[in-house]
Amino acid sequence: MSSRSSARLGRSIALHLFLTPLALIWLFPLWMMVVFSTMPDNGIFSPGIELLPHGNFIDNFNNLQRDTNFVGAIGISVSVAVTYTILSVLLTSMAGWALARYQFFGKGVVVAIILGTITLPYAVVLIPQFIMVARDFKLANTWVALIVPPLFNSLGVLFMRQSFSMMPDDLFDAARVEGVKEWRIFLFVALPLARPMLAALAIILFLASWNNYLWPLLINSQPGSMTAPVALGTLIGLTKVSWGGIMAGAVMLTVPMLVVFVLLQRHFIAGIAAGAVK
Amino acid sequence: MRNRNATAYRFLTPYLLIFAIFWVWPIISSFMISFQATRTVPWRFAPSFNWGRLIGDPAFFNALKNTLLILVIQVPVMISLALVMAVLLNSPLLKARGLYRFAFFAPVVVGEVAYSAVFRLMFNLDFGIINKLLNSVGLPKIDWFSNVTPAMALIMIAVTWRWAGYNAIILLAGMQSIPEDVYEAATLDRVSKLKQFFYITLPLLKPVIVFCLVLSIIGTMQLFTEPFLITERGGPGGGTETLGLLLYRQGFRSLNFGYASAVAYTMAGLAIAITLAQLWLTREPK
Repeated sequence: MSSRSSARLGRSIALHLFLTPLALIWLFPLWMMVVFSTMPDNGIFSPGIELLPHGNFIDNFNNLQRDTNFVGAIGISVSVAVTYTILSVLLTSMAGWALARYQFFGKGVVVAIILGTITLPYAVVLIPQFIMVARDFKLANTWVALIVPPLFNSLGVLFMRQSFSMMPDDLFDAARVEGVKEWRIFLFVALPLARPMLAALAIILFLASWNNYLWPLLINSQPGSMTAPVALGTLIGLTKVSWGGIMAGAVMLTVPMLVVFVLLQRHFIAGIAAGAVK
Repeated sequence: MRNRNATAYRFLTPYLLIFAIFWVWPIISSFMISFQATRTVPWRFAPSFNWGRLIGDPAFFNALKNTLLILVIQVPVMISLALVMAVLLNSPLLKARGLYRFAFFAPVVVGEVAYSAVFRLMFNLDFGIINKLLNSVGLPKIDWFSNVTPAMALIMIAVTWRWAGYNAIILLAGMQSIPEDVYEAATLDRVSKLKQFFYITLPLLKPVIVFCLVLSIIGTMQLFTEPFLITERGGPGGGTETLGLLLYRQGFRSLNFGYASAVAYTMAGLAIAITLAQLWLTREPK
């Protein structure tokens, strides 16, 4: 018995000896992001090794605000992400509800198409989307351009279909016997029951919108209409720019999401894992 | 489940409308644009204009080569690493599990721009922390941005850092859905942990691994932000130029929509071919 438990101890030590350095390597870029954001520019570009935060964050933030209107861009990013999340959760859960709870003509085709788009590169729709939104609809540099095209989301629908189809029939049949309309059943019976799944979905959608880069880069390129990642991206590669400022911006984009991640880790992981577990 | 066409489609309409406008039409449109000369006004139908240029364009083959190289090296490395992370995070012997999970999963929430900026600073030639650390242990500095091989390595390192944890989350969820008693029975039969991994975990996890591979391949196929921001528009000298970057350059810098659409359809063709090959290679033996 004691040899067994000592073998267990050995295995446990080996496990931690391997995993700890790997975890530290993985945390290193995030830690350095914070360190850089608190260092003056001449400190970042100096020969010494600096691994601890300094006190220069506010100066760096002011430099960033001088280089680009970052606060304004954050305002756009937050508004767009919130609006997108609400609309997208509503749209995908409505579609998921229909696919989970009704039998209807063409259902197999709809499901097959949604599944098919998962393996289709976004690049294929990018150019016509751009031509349509910018040239035909004349919506470049507006919120609508940022919010509406990404509303099509296949994994979200599949996730909500899965969530609704696991609910017992009698719940809804009882309401139907009472003569409650289908949309009221959806809104007032099904959605409240699906709250944990809606939370998981909302977090993932919010994050996707918050971090979205390519589409906003193309469609909202005017300085006053840029989202925060796009505004920050325009600074990378400039010669006369405050890198401490860029890092302060990176921290402002990242740390709120890390906090949300820590607080709502269970929902977060459920949302990501949902794609795979059928 | 009840048969109600009208009700079902009322719930589906907003979603399908967005899908029709912003996906179905663009998929068709993109295909048609690829057969048009788009730098003349008005555009004219010229079937071989873009496709003919594509098969003779060294820039296209360079981007294709780079994209496939990243695909072939980075995706297997990342999925293996994610598998190791998932197995170890799943171990009952692990203490302070939450801290380890945070370390590996945190990059999932980090935006492409933010992490690209950090990686650029960390790998800077003279002042980057990575070269300083290499120097401090007696190794020579690496010029990550001026030579093709280190620049490609840097792109792969960055993408792996960002996405390994994401795949580990999916794999971990897959592992946790394997019933516990399978392992208990194996342990009673004195099957070693290593053998349990190869003969129980891996086979049962195969569909999830394939899912991760397919998602990663499609993602890497479209790689854009990292070579755009970290190695400065695919530098050095096109050494990290990818198909995604070529599409951006042709479509949105030169406004050559026809040629960019041909590149886009090449990416789609490759993604579909690789996905089908993957599904075929890993199909259940009948």
